[in-house]
Amino acid sequence: MTIQPASDRSLLVIFGDEISLESHYQVRLLTQSLQGIRGILNLHPAYASVLIDFDPRLRTHGDVEGIVRERMDSAVHAEPPPARVIDIPVVYGGEHGPDLADVAAHTGIPAEQVIEMHAAADYLVYFVGFSTCFPYLGGLPEALATPRLAAPRKHVPVGSVAIGGAQAGIYPLASPGGWRLIGWTSLRLFDPEGSPPPLLRMGDRVRFVPTAEGRF
Amino acid sequence: MISAGLLTTVQDQGRFGFAHFGISASGAADPLALRAGNLLVGNTENAAALEMTLIGGAFEFEAAATIALTGSDFGAGLPTWTPVEVKAGDVVHCRATQSGARCYLCIRGGIDVPRVMGSASVHVMTGVGGRPLRKGDMLAIGDSAVRRPRPAARNTPAYQREGHLRITPAIQADRFAADCLSSEYRVSEESNRMGLRLIGAAIPSPGGHMLTEGVPLGAIQIPPDGQPIILFVEHQTSGGYPKPANVISADFCRLGQLRPRDAVTFERVSLDDALGELQEQEKWLYSL
Repeated sequence: MTIQPASDRSLLVIFGDEISLESHYQVRLLTQSLQGIRGILNLHPAYASVLIDFDPRLRTHGDVEGIVRERMDSAVHAEPPPARVIDIPVVYGGEHGPDLADVAAHTGIPAEQVIEMHAAADYLVYFVGFSTCFPYLGGLPEALATPRLAAPRKHVPVGSVAIGGAQAGIYPLASPGGWRLIGWTSLRLFDPEGSPPPLLRMGDRVRFVPTAEGRF
Repeated sequence: MISAGLLTTVQDQGRFGFAHFGISASGAADPLALRAGNLLVGNTENAAALEMTLIGGAFEFEAAATIALTGSDFGAGLPTWTPVEVKAGDVVHCRATQSGARCYLCIRGGIDVPRVMGSASVHVMTGVGGRPLRKGDMLAIGDSAVRRPRPAARNTPAYQREGHLRITPAIQADRFAADCLSSEYRVSEESNRMGLRLIGAAIPSPGGHMLTEGVPLGAIQIPPDGQPIILFVEHQTSGGYPKPANVISADFCRLGQLRPRDAVTFERVSLDDALGELQEQEKWLYSL
């Protein structure tokens, strides 16, 4: 674990420089153990690091570093809580998955089998971030990796299920985007009228379930 | 709201504690002007107020109120940075900016809107907390004042040299040349509350492997085209572009006043100096 100032009001705690389950558990432990501490304003977990944003009027870099070391020392034997398993109903292909044929062509795997492989895999939510509840999912079968579009779409519908390089994702909001759209779900990862927690949280296990209409 | 102006939103200091769900704080683009305006009218510094952008709106008051216009002068014909009494039926008509990008209309008692996740701030890009105001919208004035209005503010020191930003090293600082960010940049028209895009000397993107990591407000990230982007109040919570530097907290108010085409220069300072500048600013604020 290394700790480095990122700005005059934030620290980055780094557990490694690769995506690994071990780093992920550390990220989860630290994110959980720093909830609700006075003067700590925001926690930004990622694959192998946590950015801690604090109020510089109440806390110094040294204070926050001390809290991190103390919490990680006392959490060292703690097990992360059991993972929740969330099923995501997906309608694959057709107008909801306009890039399914491209994925089949790129990977050399027939579309029907792309769907089977995508739906058979187990995914882990490494963290939620970027912009509004975007889940960073690990677990896409390597054979399905497909490069992003050369020119991003201006409008990707909310709920689109997509492949971007070696990553699997779901769009929480309608937005521009360059990932390959292979399906769509009616489940909403994020509701601007509601309050978090969002549907998917760090540490959740996700499965995609083929359905006729993208809902159960 | 007789007219809404270009982009007028309800803002407080922001929505904290949800970055691990990918929701950034939003909040006033110029936090110092918001806090000062609230203190001047006798509110707590976090009361909800109106943030106007480049062209202000016109606001008719159904009842008497005490207001303060802070930040940039939007030509309302009223003194700024001072409490002003308005009568029932008065119209406060803000126009195009005569200085920086943002003007705040703070009202004694605060604006009474529902809080979403603990904050009244509108996150424009995602719709969290509501939407930008439109002609015809009615807003209720709250009763959350905590003390008497204050005398006019003197010395608004932070507003000198708006485009001069002090920076401290960021996580990937040692991957960049020591003299990067030493020339003058201009603010791009494509800037918004998510990010201030700069145009100028391209900074070579350093090689090396980088995993997506959490990013703070004011981070200067360098995408492959070499044109810096300063992450602003509605920034993404994580990102994969390398960052040579971060704007200091005491200059966040200056970020909020930058307009498209404004010139921007950078000055490197130590973390200690950055915190010293912040203390000076807080001292001024609490002298109000």
